[in-house]
Amino acid sequence: MKTYDVIIIGGGVVGCMTARFLSRYTLDILLIEKEADVCCGASSANSAIVHAGYDPQPGTLKAAMNVLGNSKWDTLSGELGFGYDRRGDYVVAIGAEELAALDRLIEQGRRNGVPGMHIILADEVRSREPNINPQVSGALWAPTGGICDPFMATVAAAENAVQNGVTVLLETCFEDFVIQSGRIVGVQTNRGLFGCRWVVNAAGLFADEVMHKAGVRPEFSITPRRGEYAVLDRAEIQINNVLFPTPTDKGKGILVTTTTHGNAIIGPNSNFVEVKSDKSVTGDGLQEIWSGAQKLVPDLKASHTIAIFAGLRARGNAPNGDFIIEIPTQPKGLVNLGGIESPGLTSAPAIATRVVELLRDAGEKLVEKTDWDPIRPPRPRFRSLPRDEQMKLIRSNPRFGRVICRCETVTEGEILAEIYAPIPARTYDAIKRRTWLGTGRCQGSFDMPRIIALLAQELDLPMDQITKKGSGSEFILRPTKDVEALHEH
Amino acid sequence: MVENTKIICITCPKGCTLEVSLDGQTVLAVKPNCKRGHEYAQREITDPRRMVATTVKVKQGVHRLLPVYTSAPFPKGEIMNLMKKLRAVEVIAPVKMGSVVVEDALSTGVDIIASRDMPVKS
Amino acid sequence: MSIKSIYDVVVIGGGPGGLAAAIAAKKSGAEDVLVIERDRELGGILQQCIHNGFGLEIFREDLTGPTYAQRYITEAQASGVEALLDTMVLDITPQRRIFATGKSSQLVDIQARSIVLSMGCRERTRSQIRIPGTRPAGVFTAGTAQRWVNVEGFVPGSRYVVLGSGDIGMIMARRLTLEGAKVEGVLEVMPYLTGLTRNYVQCLLDFDVPLHLSHTVKRIIGNKRVEAIESVQVDEKWNPIAGSETIIPCDTLLLSVGLIPENELSKKAGVLIDPITGGPYVDDRLETNVPGIFAAGNVVHVYDLVDWVSEAGQQAGTNAAKFAIQQRRREDRHVPLKAGENVRYVVPQTIDRETLSESNVRLQLRVRQPIESPVWVEVSHNGHLVKRKGEPYARPGEIITLEIPIAAYDVVQTAGQLMVSVVKR
Repeated sequence: MKTYDVIIIGGGVVGCMTARFLSRYTLDILLIEKEADVCCGASSANSAIVHAGYDPQPGTLKAAMNVLGNSKWDTLSGELGFGYDRRGDYVVAIGAEELAALDRLIEQGRRNGVPGMHIILADEVRSREPNINPQVSGALWAPTGGICDPFMATVAAAENAVQNGVTVLLETCFEDFVIQSGRIVGVQTNRGLFGCRWVVNAAGLFADEVMHKAGVRPEFSITPRRGEYAVLDRAEIQINNVLFPTPTDKGKGILVTTTTHGNAIIGPNSNFVEVKSDKSVTGDGLQEIWSGAQKLVPDLKASHTIAIFAGLRARGNAPNGDFIIEIPTQPKGLVNLGGIESPGLTSAPAIATRVVELLRDAGEKLVEKTDWDPIRPPRPRFRSLPRDEQMKLIRSNPRFGRVICRCETVTEGEILAEIYAPIPARTYDAIKRRTWLGTGRCQGSFDMPRIIALLAQELDLPMDQITKKGSGSEFILRPTKDVEALHEH
Repeated sequence: MVENTKIICITCPKGCTLEVSLDGQTVLAVKPNCKRGHEYAQREITDPRRMVATTVKVKQGVHRLLPVYTSAPFPKGEIMNLMKKLRAVEVIAPVKMGSVVVEDALSTGVDIIASRDMPVKS
Repeated sequence: MSIKSIYDVVVIGGGPGGLAAAIAAKKSGAEDVLVIERDRELGGILQQCIHNGFGLEIFREDLTGPTYAQRYITEAQASGVEALLDTMVLDITPQRRIFATGKSSQLVDIQARSIVLSMGCRERTRSQIRIPGTRPAGVFTAGTAQRWVNVEGFVPGSRYVVLGSGDIGMIMARRLTLEGAKVEGVLEVMPYLTGLTRNYVQCLLDFDVPLHLSHTVKRIIGNKRVEAIESVQVDEKWNPIAGSETIIPCDTLLLSVGLIPENELSKKAGVLIDPITGGPYVDDRLETNVPGIFAAGNVVHVYDLVDWVSEAGQQAGTNAAKFAIQQRRREDRHVPLKAGENVRYVVPQTIDRETLSESNVRLQLRVRQPIESPVWVEVSHNGHLVKRKGEPYARPGEIITLEIPIAAYDVVQTAGQLMVSVVKR
């Protein structure tokens, strides 16, 4: 049985950032993730916004982690090589009656320590966002807000962790703790038992179930709150900014925002769902996000939609719905993170740093590695390169000359780089998250046969074992002519 | 004894629903009155046939499958048997368009023809 | 095959539209014609349309798709049409410069005297019609499934529901049934069949596949793979009728819900698109608003018969060739002037050969280095003097002028280029 210093449960942005920050120290670290890739939970289905921090209630962990986390994204995106754009965000008031809400927000933001905010007038809003509802009365402008690529932020953090010696095991699911004399000494998984001195519970939607296995906070529970989104064709509609409506008691509301990939997205709504696996998009939900979005940008048309998806927030029932970030007194050996919903993405680097501090405060001797490398070199994106760079890339490897995804111009060379990356991309969705393949107008119609053939070839697997998102989601059933063979089995 | 039935004619794109009056297996008349429709209705009752297109496995070719088609309309009732038989066929590239892949399939007198050239995979 | 840097006619897309255009361009006198095709072979969508029904109008024969394609491919090859396969066009400029990339072709930069756009169309997707539900594996557009079954050689699932009673959907229902799969039914949101009646008979009736008119998919069920779809009846406004829902267990949903002309490249070239057809505005010669850029086939609007696509291709190709020939004549009228020994630049940089039939041509030039002694300012062609003028000195700060006389007309007619130099006497 292999023993680690720290086992991190959960490969979302929080788990991967924690792995990356902990990888700085001479600790043996294992990260386990139950899906076939990192970044499969809420980290892969959100608004991709790095919030300024005026929204959380002052005095909460959410507020502290949001503002602290926000300040780390510039450095992190440079070190880890993922898309990030601190372009500011707007809370837009429609009609004079909504202006008071802006004043409340700006006051709250100042109490949270958010710098640089001010109210701008309707004309200014209109000049910055020509498509805005003509009934706009003003907006809160928060220059420290921004947008990021949440997929690559997570993947890059995980890769940098692996670069620095962390072990990542995918399709490895937590089952139970091994507790001896009031201390966690091991973790039981579907792939066997692993020993440890510390566990970090970064299990997102399932963090309550994990902590209950250790007898921690039996009254704490996570309710999945679903948010539905639509992605818009960037050839049809251009949104320049991050636009929020004035918030309601349901939350930040349905926003219209640009993304680092250039598409605009609208959403999310916020509805309770029964089961933690229900990421379906509903007809009513789509209606809801369209009305919400059209309140901000009336010219948006449903026909601009090129993709729809939903994510599940890990809504915890701690007081104020706040984050849980703690080391429980019993059992020993647990760093417990619970209820990490929005602003979870923004807070992830701060939460990771906090985990390091908590371990240090608990007496863990953290010795820095002399050869720790914070830099994860980004991989080339063919479509973003100028022609002469594209030419150089193709000359270095002709496989960069073969385009697999026509709509987003993703080349075979880039896909191979992801298959052989430190966190190998072995499923269609994994490659899609990293390269943006299949996200365009044709939604994979052209690239699918090519990429499945490529994966089969590189992974040395039969075509019918290539999956969308892990075992059970195979694309192909059987060779066309194997009907009789199938029935014989 | 005269019976009536309805048959959708597929001879031309109009796709008329013919009202067919029959005496046993013989078509007496069709409405709308159309010579080709009458012929179609008769064949459909006594000996329904269809053109069939499918694929067969091919070795060493640029593709895994070679598209093929029947040289003449094939007895409708035998089509699924034909499919089963053709699934077991494997040809070897190169194949020339128009060449006979299976002669006299299921003793019907109908050949199975290659729809295209299939060059050898380089 | 080595790629030239300039072609008379470049055809984007080697399907039936593009092949017909390329052949017609060659026949109409284009010297070189290049087809750029993203797939590994020519033929386009026809290679996966293995059923009959093609060529009834244009050949008066009932051919399969691959057979129809083969005829054009053979003729294109025989006519000397060049093809760049497995190559994706990245960009087309309004000046008809094309950037394309492929594994063997690498990054190519080609100038075209004229272009025929024949990229065809793409299929409408699940997201575009906003079908609610989960996002499992097992949702395919009918064309993609057709490619899998007929070309790649794999069947996506064992139990299917087809949304859309267009021809592609019905043909796939038959195809899958023939290859041992079960098609649970075809749903059609309209109260009538949208494809051909003959296909309803040959594909659905013949194989007992139920057709449900005024029905659509309410949602997709299944987390990793499709497990079922929920079907619902709709009224004439497409509103779901509450209480009419049925769950149909299946593992694959096939979407046959419309084709959209694929014009991203056209837009890059500055071609204006008609919002109703989804394709370029074209005139009766199939030329778009950009001079020298023509369009033919499904990229212009979705056709019903491939025979008419070939006809359109032929028309576009013929006109593209005419345009290219005119371009050549215009180019040939210009002779470039090269800055030779001690000359930094010459203006004008080219002269129209015909000007010398009426008047002299005045050149202005500057030298690189001063020569403080008598010089010859010379214009020559292939080493032979066309005109020479003496100057007492040559300085970079002073423009030197020289006139090419009308008498030089004959020499200049056949010259590839003229060299201008300044040498010591």
